[in-house]
Amino acid sequence: MPVVLLRAPLSELAGGREHTLEGGTVDEVLAALEDRCPAVAGWVLDERRAIRTHVNVYVNGQPAGRETVVGAADRIHVLPAITGG
Amino acid sequence: MTEILVGTRKGLFVLDGEPRAGFEVTARAFPGQSVEYAMRDHRSGRYLASVTSWFYGGRIWVSDDPAGAWEEAQGVALPADGDASLARIWVIAAGAADGVLYAGGDPGCLFRSHDGGLTWALNRGLWDHPTRPDWVPGAGGLCLHTIVPWPGDPKRLLVAISAVGVWLTDDGGTSWRTSNGGIVPEYLPEEARDVPAQHCVHNVRRSAQRPERLFLQFHGGVYRSDDAGASWVDVGDGTDLPSDFGFPIVVDPADPDSAYVIPLVGAEDRTTPAGAVRVWETRDAGGTWAPRGEGLPGRDAYLTVLREAFDSAGAGERLELYFGATSGEVFGSGDAGATWSQVADHLPPVHSVRTA
Repeated sequence: MPVVLLRAPLSELAGGREHTLEGGTVDEVLAALEDRCPAVAGWVLDERRAIRTHVNVYVNGQPAGRETVVGAADRIHVLPAITGG
Repeated sequence: MTEILVGTRKGLFVLDGEPRAGFEVTARAFPGQSVEYAMRDHRSGRYLASVTSWFYGGRIWVSDDPAGAWEEAQGVALPADGDASLARIWVIAAGAADGVLYAGGDPGCLFRSHDGGLTWALNRGLWDHPTRPDWVPGAGGLCLHTIVPWPGDPKRLLVAISAVGVWLTDDGGTSWRTSNGGIVPEYLPEEARDVPAQHCVHNVRRSAQRPERLFLQFHGGVYRSDDAGASWVDVGDGTDLPSDFGFPIVVDPADPDSAYVIPLVGAEDRTTPAGAVRVWETRDAGGTWAPRGEGLPGRDAYLTVLREAFDSAGAGERLELYFGATSGEVFGSGDAGATWSQVADHLPPVHSVRTA
């Protein structure tokens, strides 16, 4: 199953940095993350289930979106974007 | 001892002290995150803060100790089947009923809590209002920034949205009506000013002694209502006020004729006029205004004071006034504005100031 890797504060909300989850797309895996760790709900995906503007998702180091297909050996990084002030 | 909650671009700062003896920072929370607003519900003692993460969005947090742990409130979100996302919560206010709080945010949304702020639900009456497609955001977004309950009557509420205007409900939020009569949106062409809801209201405060009296700082003009917001009269035009632009307004709880504004140069400038920081006071319900500035910077000081960054404690001659600037200073007065001192310096840009 794919592995989701989180950084603070998401890792604190989720109770850990790495989470092995079911799902065939990034969207399905993030939904599984919210199911397992309800405290994360609303932090990565907004009310419309869009990935927040200043959050970046990578699959095996490549930029990814909600529809990106993932496999059992894939690693999904959820990172704050290098933006802000 | 007075406790002041200062929401800044880089966290919440809690200041404790007295106007003449000085203040110190006793707690900081949410470092690095934008704290739009923080308040203490005097009924429960609970602290509530609106925090916007640049990355992870806006939410409300609650705590019984601002120096301790904070808990994320639930339900502060827009409908999942809609096309809008919550940008931020601008303001939180205690309602008239026990345990009830309201929170206003962008895009033009109002939330209600019945359990002291732990859980929230969207007010659908305002959210589903048929005029919503015509609402125009101000420079700060489509922000619902002002919530004014009616003492003793939980069904009556006034809210204000930029740049839409004043809204009233008499049925607890089931139905809403605009109430901008008398307010002149001079930023619109003259022939286009007779519109119901394109009014850039900046802030509204109600008199505690006389609840039907309200003072309103508009985008251009200071207004007063003596009929609970049904109509408004300009009380700034023709007075000595150096500018009709400003954001916050404060009313003395002991005197329905006393109010305070902090004029800023309008248009794109939005700084204190002529480099002098002055709080302007009326003691005759807006008939005349006079500057109060002893102890405030009088030259080369170009400050911006935002709409939630001015508040009071106490009343009458012992009225305490506090305001903060985007340049990181907080100033305070313990004698109703007669004299001032600097309460804090070198803070991040100040978004809000509330006495606890």
